[in-house]
Amino acid sequence: METGISSRIPLEEYARLLGEGEIEELRALAKPLRGRSIEMVNSTSVGGGVAEILTRLLPLAEECGLDIKWDVMTGGEDFFEVTKAFHNALHGAPYHATARDFQVFRDYNERNRRQLPLDAEFVVIHDPQPVALIDARKKSGSRWVWRCHIDLSHPNQTVWDFLETFVARYDGSMFSSPEFARKLPIPQYLFYPAIDPLSEKNCELDAGFVSSVLTRYRIDPQRPILTQISRFDRLKDPVGVIRAYRIVKRYFDCQLVLAGGGAADDPEGAVVLKEVLRAADSDPDIKVLELPAWAPLEVNALQRASTIVIQKSLREGFGLTVSEALWKKKPVVASAVGGIPVQVIHKQTGLLAHSVEGAAYQIRFLLSHPEIAAKLGESGHQHVKENFLITQKLKRYLTLFLNLANGR
Amino acid sequence: MTIAPTPFEFSAVSYLTRIGNQSAGTIEELRQGLQQCSDASIFFHTFQTLGAHHFLTENFSNDFAQWAMADANRNDLGELLASLDIRDYVSIAALREDLFRMVGDYCAVYPEFANQAALERFYFCEGVEVTVPLGLRARTLDEFRQGIEHLSHAGFYFHFISSRLRLQLQTNDFSQWLAGGIGLQTLADSINKIDIYTNTLESTRAKMLRLIDRERRKL
Repeated sequence: METGISSRIPLEEYARLLGEGEIEELRALAKPLRGRSIEMVNSTSVGGGVAEILTRLLPLAEECGLDIKWDVMTGGEDFFEVTKAFHNALHGAPYHATARDFQVFRDYNERNRRQLPLDAEFVVIHDPQPVALIDARKKSGSRWVWRCHIDLSHPNQTVWDFLETFVARYDGSMFSSPEFARKLPIPQYLFYPAIDPLSEKNCELDAGFVSSVLTRYRIDPQRPILTQISRFDRLKDPVGVIRAYRIVKRYFDCQLVLAGGGAADDPEGAVVLKEVLRAADSDPDIKVLELPAWAPLEVNALQRASTIVIQKSLREGFGLTVSEALWKKKPVVASAVGGIPVQVIHKQTGLLAHSVEGAAYQIRFLLSHPEIAAKLGESGHQHVKENFLITQKLKRYLTLFLNLANGR
Repeated sequence: MTIAPTPFEFSAVSYLTRIGNQSAGTIEELRQGLQQCSDASIFFHTFQTLGAHHFLTENFSNDFAQWAMADANRNDLGELLASLDIRDYVSIAALREDLFRMVGDYCAVYPEFANQAALERFYFCEGVEVTVPLGLRARTLDEFRQGIEHLSHAGFYFHFISSRLRLQLQTNDFSQWLAGGIGLQTLADSINKIDIYTNTLESTRAKMLRLIDRERRKL
């Protein structure tokens, strides 16, 4: 199933933020690739970070003259049950894979091989679900790469052994952090996820709108605001954030905002939300906000209004909320897990912590030294500008295709 | 105005980061890694990281130094490694030798720290460079100035910093052309002396433009 391109922001709009030189460079890198075909394949057209990034990336690539298309593989409930189990197992969850699971996986990939074109010069397969499409590769010199968006540092060995037989046949693979990669016989590249600075979640906002969001949620703009934006998920440690806040509160008259979704349609999220409310213990300075699944402008406003943004996860994929906060020049205190240390260079673009007490200490330090907080926020913004914007992502893809085209 | 017989060709440049199979969890493992990793990896963690983190002008010199400070918690070693100036090197072999010697000496003097586990591992990576013509060339100082002003960060870094290794000389593409192409040796020397460790790429570029403007006023 081919996916159409819905939103289009011209490259020129990005020149305003990044400078003409950066956009000229993108066009120059794209020039040798003009008219050459690229096919992206993943397993969902809506929801999830991959679809969000592809929705933004494709129009920019098209504007650069690339003949790019995005296909979504199809599968039944049985397939997605298996791939969900694979996903969790690759993150280290216990799972006993059966021969039937592997057969279901192979069968759906075989079916999609027959349905999808898979005829481009460069084929990019996203995540494990369509990995077995590599069997469709023709000998005509097309180049296939596998983009893995998940953490493979501690995978279930049986599942990984099965998938590796496919992965090893690609021309290259891409991971979000060196920590997530495996030892593979093919080149492995570092490909960061990216934010779009012009999306509703990250664009500049009118001060009046930010103020109205604070009023709506009864947040006092005159006192420090500590914010964590994340799903109500134990791995995001919202209760740990409350404990850190209570330590900070002994020294500073601050407020805590815990905002996120995931409780309405996720039974576990609802349980975690209850735990959070219990831990908050009706403290009027703790605002637990259950946002709708997609409330980008509110998230944007809350981040912009924050004094410090926290991401105290116990485990994390890449943690793009960190880049979102840094882009808004916010000082960030975050756990050194997953892709966070790539974004938060300790004492340069933010502060890393390894415990509740450590997080509390770093928050207190920043509240005591607003000039250091501002400097970290400024450096963080530059770091995101150089590495984690959608335009950089496009540049990485162009570089990869040029590199592959040169036979390397 | 002098017209150069050979124009300066501005390039567009981009880098892929290739993840290596080596990592270090202790200072001793870093020492071993420094001995065994590829030249491309040494280049990536010193030259290239300076371009990627050009906006950090305090205490950030290379990835090895940053890891020693932030993850291995050895400020003294970090300070030592940060003191290396890549402009002093015209070969990766010489740079590797000094890095290896510094970490080796540290392990010998402080064996109790050499095998302490760091908070996070150090992953050896490599940079894969791709360049294409930007379609912009300069034959005069005026055109050269326009090109400098227009260049992306990566392009500026490529011509000003990473070119040193390519040229195997203690100079850069800009200075080489200014001296050899249009005979402006003094301007070339002044530009080559701009401190890339205490300036961002933007402030380096601004200084360079000021030096060029001063020269244009003389012509």
